[in-house]
Amino acid sequence: MTTAPQTLFEKIWNRHIVRPETSETPAVLYVDLHLVHEVTSPQAFTELRERGLKVRRPSQTVATMDHSTPTTPRGRDGIIPVPDVQAQAQLTQLETNCRDFGIPLFALGTENQGIVHVIGPEQGLTQPGMTIVCGDSHTSTHGAFGALAFGIGTSEVGHVLATQCLLQSRPKTMEVRINGTLRPGVGAKDIILAIIAQIGIGGGTGYVFEYTGSAIRGLSMEERMTVCNMSIEGGARAGLIAPDQVTFEYIKGRPRAPQGAAWDAAIADWQTLVTDHGAVYDATIELDADVLAPMITYGTNPGMGIPITGTIPTRNDMTDEQSKAGLEKALKYMDLSEGQSLIGKAVDVVFIGSCTNSRITDLRQAASLMVGRTVNPKVRVMVVPGSAQVKKQAEAEGLDKIFVAAGAEWREAGCSMCIAMNGDQLKPGQYAVSTSNRNFEGRQGKGGRTFLASPLTAAATAISGVISDPRDIR
Amino acid sequence: MESFKPYTARYAVLPVENIDTDQIIPARFLKTTSKVGLGEILFSDWRYNDDGTPNPTFVVNKPEYQGVEVLVAGNNFGCGSSREHAPWALQGFGFKAVLSTYFADIFRNNSLKNGLLPIIISEETYQKLVSADAEAAGEVEIAVDLATQTVTLPDGEKVHFPIEPFAKYCVLNGVDQLGFLVSADDDLTTYESAHAARVNTAGLV
Ligand code: SF4
Repeated sequence: MTTAPQTLFEKIWNRHIVRPETSETPAVLYVDLHLVHEVTSPQAFTELRERGLKVRRPSQTVATMDHSTPTTPRGRDGIIPVPDVQAQAQLTQLETNCRDFGIPLFALGTENQGIVHVIGPEQGLTQPGMTIVCGDSHTSTHGAFGALAFGIGTSEVGHVLATQCLLQSRPKTMEVRINGTLRPGVGAKDIILAIIAQIGIGGGTGYVFEYTGSAIRGLSMEERMTVCNMSIEGGARAGLIAPDQVTFEYIKGRPRAPQGAAWDAAIADWQTLVTDHGAVYDATIELDADVLAPMITYGTNPGMGIPITGTIPTRNDMTDEQSKAGLEKALKYMDLSEGQSLIGKAVDVVFIGSCTNSRITDLRQAASLMVGRTVNPKVRVMVVPGSAQVKKQAEAEGLDKIFVAAGAEWREAGCSMCIAMNGDQLKPGQYAVSTSNRNFEGRQGKGGRTFLASPLTAAATAISGVISDPRDIR
Repeated sequence: MESFKPYTARYAVLPVENIDTDQIIPARFLKTTSKVGLGEILFSDWRYNDDGTPNPTFVVNKPEYQGVEVLVAGNNFGCGSSREHAPWALQGFGFKAVLSTYFADIFRNNSLKNGLLPIIISEETYQKLVSADAEAAGEVEIAVDLATQTVTLPDGEKVHFPIEPFAKYCVLNGVDQLGFLVSADDDLTTYESAHAARVNTAGLV
């Protein structure tokens, strides 16, 4: 029997159908791995308690503390203090929930704690062909391994806890093909910011992206995660990259990676997880990596991005009234002007961290520019590793010393100023270059203004104190 | 969840595109472990001044919009974070439906699970609602009927809106989806016996 050529998405989707979609009901889809954090889970556990339900598969579930946790230094007792009473109550609630329902928890201060989308891959839990969900929109990150991974709401967190399943209508597929080769100084973050600038933040709604092309193949796993991470900023709930040798090498030997004969069997299976020749996507877009410059956002959504060498668009560049109004509102909030260049704009804070750019390669890139230099004394520079393991690795490589010697703060792991729930935040009116993923009004602190960029651009800006093209730092 | 009853309601317009869930409810309010009280902080950074007093220029703070039950918003409403606190806050405030030309996926899903209707309308309908509101701020009404999937505009015109049959069924009858999933247990057991677990998180910490 010959089967019709299938996309990578279709292969994973089909493997997980518990009950097929009908004209009346969505598909029941099986979830291989469920990641849980403190912010989007408490109401789901309450629901389970109220209904007298158990967690169906605690051993396919893992929890971490990341969003509201402080990243300030440990006390003498080795414990990270949580001064915020409400945050502490939420963390305690997660502890209680995990204990009551038998879910493993990477608690604050423990050696594997970290941002939920950093620890899954780090532990070898994230593997090709799996379905992975979390009450968090950046679950798309795990798609870098060729896993179908997407964010869900708290009601759905309850569904998965209770049944290990979700009700899902099948999304459409979009191939996002990145041809050519990246130039020096240009990286994964610039690719994804350029894609979102091209399609807009709603451009991928209803789709699952599959990133293909030579520029994607040339990326490390960490860089692939950066690309997939921001699929949601393009409106797509998930982004996929077919696994290859780079993927296998990353997974091999990690704590929960398959071992021995199971490893060989896994590789044989994972190698089939590619879009077949002749399979059809519902849409395709293309981008040329050769002409890509470092990207930076100027506005209040991630689609408002420009090459760092470019200028902010003008009202006349916008085709409709809503977009014109959107541009005006954004520039008013940012206190910037149409047609302005961003290079040379003074900033108050540089934030290097978040599930987009807090992995070891991101820190190495930032350190590569900061080594032997000092950051501008007017700028507060925060470097926040994505996990306790990343922190340990960075310290083993001496990166922490480079950052500290340059005048940057070296923090404990967590989401930190990406979401500003834990006290790490901008003051009203302050400008930040941030390696995170969202520049919405107030995202990094009420009244704060965010420019999203790569770790290299962030490091270059930290050094000069003004928005800088990393290619100009010599 | 309560079953849906057709209603007539006044509406407020927020003519801003790409309203993200960080605007609907800022992250600093997500340290709660319940769903209670979120209506108070809906659109907090737009609705309140820095000193905590209501911003008189924000639409729902104006006297003529007190008691509105429907929100009409610009394109791509609810983008960004997956926080279900966004529909909880909208409902907590008293909104029963949001009308926009486009909704972000996760927000739309989350809303339907709570019985908050995300109603997709055409650009033309959106403009009509904006104009009707401009003429008689806070006074004009629309009628929403889920069974027939129609919204009756202030001028009496009826427009149809799309919704998936299953979500419609659930909202109409006040059925929650977890019950449906629990009833799929036979199929689930069959699936699990044919597919070994892909990971084991036990003992990781
Ligand atoms: S780092 Fe930011 S985007 Fe990522 S999970 Fe944490 S809060 Fe969400």
